[in-house]
Amino acid sequence: MSSLVPPPSDENNPEAKAGTAALSIRGLAKRFGEKIAVNGVDLEVPSGSFYGLVGPNGAGKTTTLSMATGLLRPDYGQALVHGVDVWGQPLEAKKLMGILPDGVRLFDRLTGEQLVTYAGLLRGMDRDTVVERTGDLLRALDLTQDAGTLVVDYSAGMTKKIALASALIHAPKLLVLDEPFESVDPVSAANIRDILSGYVRSGGSVIVSSHVMDLVQRMCDHVAVIAAGTVLAAGTIDEVRGNGSLEDRFVELVGGRTTSEGLSWLRTS
Amino acid sequence: MVADLLRLKLLLLRNSFRRSTAQLVGVILGGLYGLGILGFIVVGLVVLGSADLELIRTILVIGGSATVLGWIIIPIAATGIDMTLDPARFVTFAIPMRQLLAGLVLGGVAGIPGIITLVASLAQVLTWIRYPAAAAMALVCAMIAVLLCVVASRLVTTAVSSMTGSRRFKDVNGIVAFIPLLFLGPIIGGVTAGFQNSPGFAAKLADVLAWTPLGALWAAPADVAAGAPGLGVVRLLIGAGTLALFVLLWRRSLSHALVTPPYNAVAKRAGGNLGFLGRFPATPAGAIAARALTYWFRDPRYFASLVVIPFIAVLLFFSGGTTGGAFAFLGPITAFLMAWSISADISYDNTAFSLHLSTGVRGRDDRLGRAVALLVFAVPITLVFTVVPLVIAGRIGDLPAMLGLSLGLLLTGAGLSSIVSARYTYNVPLPGESAFKTPPGTNFMMFAVQFIGWFVMLVLALPEIVLAIVYLVSGDALFGWLALAVGVVLGGVLLVVGLRVGGRWYDRRAPELLLAVSANR
Repeated sequence: MSSLVPPPSDENNPEAKAGTAALSIRGLAKRFGEKIAVNGVDLEVPSGSFYGLVGPNGAGKTTTLSMATGLLRPDYGQALVHGVDVWGQPLEAKKLMGILPDGVRLFDRLTGEQLVTYAGLLRGMDRDTVVERTGDLLRALDLTQDAGTLVVDYSAGMTKKIALASALIHAPKLLVLDEPFESVDPVSAANIRDILSGYVRSGGSVIVSSHVMDLVQRMCDHVAVIAAGTVLAAGTIDEVRGNGSLEDRFVELVGGRTTSEGLSWLRTS
Repeated sequence: MVADLLRLKLLLLRNSFRRSTAQLVGVILGGLYGLGILGFIVVGLVVLGSADLELIRTILVIGGSATVLGWIIIPIAATGIDMTLDPARFVTFAIPMRQLLAGLVLGGVAGIPGIITLVASLAQVLTWIRYPAAAAMALVCAMIAVLLCVVASRLVTTAVSSMTGSRRFKDVNGIVAFIPLLFLGPIIGGVTAGFQNSPGFAAKLADVLAWTPLGALWAAPADVAAGAPGLGVVRLLIGAGTLALFVLLWRRSLSHALVTPPYNAVAKRAGGNLGFLGRFPATPAGAIAARALTYWFRDPRYFASLVVIPFIAVLLFFSGGTTGGAFAFLGPITAFLMAWSISADISYDNTAFSLHLSTGVRGRDDRLGRAVALLVFAVPITLVFTVVPLVIAGRIGDLPAMLGLSLGLLLTGAGLSSIVSARYTYNVPLPGESAFKTPPGTNFMMFAVQFIGWFVMLVLALPEIVLAIVYLVSGDALFGWLALAVGVVLGGVLLVVGLRVGGRWYDRRAPELLLAVSANR
């Protein structure tokens, strides 16, 4: 299954500098009006790692990833993709990255096939390669049956999948995926996990944000916990979770658990 | 429960003011405008009381009928015009039907159009102050009429929303329902002509309307004043009966809608058809042109602009006749409007624009692609619209000058739009919304950019405009050919400059553009 996805080979990514971290975030910060959304985040995503970014709602995950991928200009800090400065050399850096942003629209009056093709052509790829890879990606993500349907008529899960295909088309060195499993059915999620694992095995790096701890613990080898715009813990999964489960460690770090005794009237017996 | 729904509506109204200052200013200006109109209506209605009975009756019946008609038609043309109390949102709260209906009606009155209608209807009582019995009747009729307006509008909304389950219906309806509004000008013109040609026309129209549910309630007080209370009561019953019938129908369609979630039937379709993406060059600029052109045909917000173009020709044809006048300038006028239409392109993309940003599209490719998509159809249309009127009018000698004017405006405008859309974003209807919906927060800024943009476009095209005028005045063919040469060359240069400057703006500000459009959702 994963062979259908273009490999992140060096020949696809001539801009990458050897021996550098896949993504290196240094002191990124952003404020919106009074609210400090991200307060000096440092992260090091090693090349070839499968990195999970976890945090409660509103922790600044999306803002951090947007700044790291060149979608949102940071107030402070720097982001390097394989040694290329995202805000200094945006065009070169973006060639190395495949990005699945969360909460943005797609050009949804295109068919699924047209949208993936469009993403490929925008990257400056030649038509034959785009056509071939689009077919492969649609097959891998089980969207061949709906290739000619307008994206606006897709379900939420299918929309996620087609956006993921658009991010994979140019075989990037680094995949930045914001909530890739939201609304995706279990079978498709398993397929996507296979694709991503195969992609990492073939030399690519992935950073995903999620709030499903179980998924991150099973899938990723590294994790960072982020809350209120700051990194609370980062490292390999085993370093971060210690003896307990990732979920327990997360709750311990973030806090905010309330005992459920307050809602006594909710009990039916 | 009824009070809760009413409070919810008022709370939503108040909170909608909180989002931004610019929007608040817009709302206040809109409110003042509405208040001004309302004052005008109230004063007019009071003064009308001293006119003779026949005139009062004619004006009230026609005006009142138009109001009821407006309440029925406007929700169809602009689907989702006021869905703050969309019944679909109450599906999960088991609210008793009777209370839901009452709450929705009062919620409908408690909006700006509702308040204006209510106050104006009550002012009608003052019109009849010289006839106490009629005034009493007017009070009763006014209350029923306001309820009729709201219920009729709600009935139509509910009926339409059960049909609008499918996206395709929504897309088509948004455009088709608007076409009659385009002809509002000629229709009003025709009606006015009717009034002028036969003085009895208005009175006859009122006579007919007085027997329909639209006008019956507005005619009843006049019957009482004219000494025919029996007739007045019959008219009152027509109005009240219609209201009862509408409530019944509304109740039925609402209870149906509440248990029938919208379902969008979509046939699965396999791929293989890349459309324009397969025909344009396989470069970033080519892909953007193909995508933009696809949107011109497939996104109702763009398609509406295409649909309007032939109507411009029809309207100008009927307004000015064939020989001279506005129709001869069809080419330049259409070119001007089309060129400006891409000035909000990125605003229309909304956050889908992030794909251009994340794939690292260069500014000049983005600008070029969008301009090419426009010119692909705008150049042929401009040529046809310039040549055909001159051929019809037998003024083929004017062709060089007019062609220079049209092409100059089109190319200059496309260049200017390429800069404007890389610099300014507006609140436009969101993807999937009706093309004619006025988005919230349509503010002063947008109008300023629009008018200054138009002014700048005319200044930039001044050389060919002046040459064309000189030709038309002097009749010297040399100036006609000069206008053509200047229009094409200067327009071409300005287009290239526009693409370059716009591209540079884009390269520098693309993330800020994305941030600006994501505020509109």
